[in-house]
Amino acid sequence: MEKSIAFEKDLNLEATELRLGLPGTKESEKQTPSTIKSNKRVLPDMSEECGSEDNSNVSHVKICDQEVAPPAKAQVVGWPPVRSYRKNCFQAKKMEAETTGMYVKVSMDGAPYLRKIDLKVYKGYPELLKALEDMFKFSVGKYSEREGYNGSEFVPTYEDKDGDWMLVGDVPWDMFISSCKRMRIMKGSEARGLGCAV
Amino acid sequence: MMNYFPDEVLEHVFDFVTSHRDRNAVSLVCKLWYRVERYSRQRVFIGNCYAISPERLIARFPGVKSLTLKGKPHFADFNLVPQDWGGYVQPWIEALARSRIGLEELRLKRMVVSDESLDVLSRSFTNFKSLVLVSCEGFTTDGLAAIAANCRFLRELDLQENEIEEKKNHWLGCFPDSCTSLVSLNFACLKEINLAALERLVARNPNLKSLKLNRAVPLEALQRILMRAPQLVDLGTGSFVLDRDSDDSETYRKLRTTILKCRSIRNLSGFLEVAPHCLPAIYPICVNLTYLNLSYAAGIHGSELIKLIRLCGKLQRLWILDCIGDKGLEIVASTCKDLQELRVFPSDPFGAGHDAVTETGLVAISSGCPKLNSLLYFCQQMTNAALIAVAKNCPNFIRFRLCILDPTKPDPVTMQPLDEGFGAIVQSSKRLRRLSLSGLLTDRVFLYIGMYAEQLEMLSIAFAGESDKGMLYVLNGCKKLRKLEIRDSPFGDMALLRDVGKYETMRSLWMSSCDVTLGGCKTLAKKMPRLNVEIINENDQMEFAPEDSQKVEKMYLYRTLVGPRKDAPEFVWTLV
Repeated sequence: MEKSIAFEKDLNLEATELRLGLPGTKESEKQTPSTIKSNKRVLPDMSEECGSEDNSNVSHVKICDQEVAPPAKAQVVGWPPVRSYRKNCFQAKKMEAETTGMYVKVSMDGAPYLRKIDLKVYKGYPELLKALEDMFKFSVGKYSEREGYNGSEFVPTYEDKDGDWMLVGDVPWDMFISSCKRMRIMKGSEARGLGCAV
Repeated sequence: MMNYFPDEVLEHVFDFVTSHRDRNAVSLVCKLWYRVERYSRQRVFIGNCYAISPERLIARFPGVKSLTLKGKPHFADFNLVPQDWGGYVQPWIEALARSRIGLEELRLKRMVVSDESLDVLSRSFTNFKSLVLVSCEGFTTDGLAAIAANCRFLRELDLQENEIEEKKNHWLGCFPDSCTSLVSLNFACLKEINLAALERLVARNPNLKSLKLNRAVPLEALQRILMRAPQLVDLGTGSFVLDRDSDDSETYRKLRTTILKCRSIRNLSGFLEVAPHCLPAIYPICVNLTYLNLSYAAGIHGSELIKLIRLCGKLQRLWILDCIGDKGLEIVASTCKDLQELRVFPSDPFGAGHDAVTETGLVAISSGCPKLNSLLYFCQQMTNAALIAVAKNCPNFIRFRLCILDPTKPDPVTMQPLDEGFGAIVQSSKRLRRLSLSGLLTDRVFLYIGMYAEQLEMLSIAFAGESDKGMLYVLNGCKKLRKLEIRDSPFGDMALLRDVGKYETMRSLWMSSCDVTLGGCKTLAKKMPRLNVEIINENDQMEFAPEDSQKVEKMYLYRTLVGPRKDAPEFVWTLV
């Protein structure tokens, strides 16, 4: 299986490959485990072509991928073994979270206008900070819990649900995106004050 | 010697024999004991509703007051059993209603319950006291309204993880004013509730000890309810959210004061919605908790979760989400020295679990909590070394269920299968009764299980093993095996048919996506008339050309005294 996937990447067959996932779902980073002893039966006339793992003929392997291999890891029926009730509870939350974007305004001291970004797009603080750095052409310095951001006159802050201005990076990512209402990149002496805050 | 005593004396002695198994054993001693035991039996447990008929139950145990019934196979929990498979309670309720049985308690698991069944139940037994429904479906709040309205002495209504259709009725308001006998009420699985009716109900039921609310009960209402019921032992909160503005800080203050009075709370669950800044209100009761269930509280994580755990020094049972992380489990290990049961559920039941726990957390727990005897652990990965350490630290496992999210993952350090790790567990925990395996596993793990797991009663296997030998090791070795469920493993007819008599010593066997064929199942069915061998066909291939050599997608067999069931749907074939 590994050989065929490498081959596919070279030809960019992924782009045209038919898949059984939901439209728009990102493929999980892990490969479909090729060690799963899948006892899913192949259609009779495919079994000869798909029987061997050494099969390097691309078109045969592609047919196999479409009709035989389990589509994406998350969709093995009944795995992980979690009761439907529990899955439904978390499914509702997850879907709510996935469909609505989370756009917040970002202002930068001295900039003539604000920008808006979708927090959902980022997986964590590193990506968010990089995106802000690119967007506003500045550098954010190094974060430490004790001192805030060191080495830059710019400090990323956000307003939380309570109306308080907080330093970006202190709380877990999930908590941050659910409580962040807007962001402000502070500059200069104000920023330094925040950096030393208790 | 015992024959010189009148029956009443025997009966009195038997009163002290309470476990089902012991009473079953008593009934086998001699005809006299059988007779006395059957007339005095009050509690009956039927693990498979198709193993026996209601008529035979009634005939043998005319004095039964409490009945427990289980319907669908366990793998139905994971969507492996199609809708309409069966497990209907209606015939049981009808038969009991027609008889003179004075039923007081009914406990159902994985059964289909209709509004009509609930209605008949509510009208047929004047002393009916307790209804417990776990993972059931098929009914609506109309059925609950009937129970509320008609069961005059109801003590317990416990709805756990059921699929209930909610109508616009206010079923809770159907409890009459004269209902003051409630001890336990759990409606956490519902989405709505009539708040006013709930508060009135709690106010007039001073014996309420267990109350589990749903998401629709806001914090303000919780505060008022707790004011009325400071005697609660078991509390499930609903929504635990307050925004931080001026009105609500008064509510929060009142909540804190009220909770201080609830000195009896030992079991805490819920937090289906939660604002972490409200959690300090419950800190005062944490020190007394013996059971904490935060497995639906996705909103509590990180430092808030740790703060909470650190206060719970007396915990014996903890149910938690994997977002606690290995570090969080280390805190549990250093805080909860009396821990006996731990369940760690995946916070993302669909995906790879970025926040999932690993072997590190489990080893920490085993090291800090030597009394651990029951484990359910969903994790990212596991190593043999860790399992061997766990086995050494905790030799008292009764239940050990490990679920690695990637089901065939080897030991990531050595790239070896996890045979040795699980082998260590079964060898060290001599009282192990239930085991679930996962990860990369060869036939070797089954050799160990067959050799060492002498008390094993239930075994769950998925994506494991290499050949029929694996299954044979288990069938030959585990003398006390009652339930075996296998999916996606290469076990076929040879293993299935080697010892057909074994299945009459067991409750049931499930095999799906394995290598057993239709021919093999037919052979088994022919040899063993007291087994129902059911094949579930969801695709059309089988219908038109069912060849004996074809592999069976899903097979469920179980011992029974009443032959093939008459309510099987068309996609279920009972082979004869």
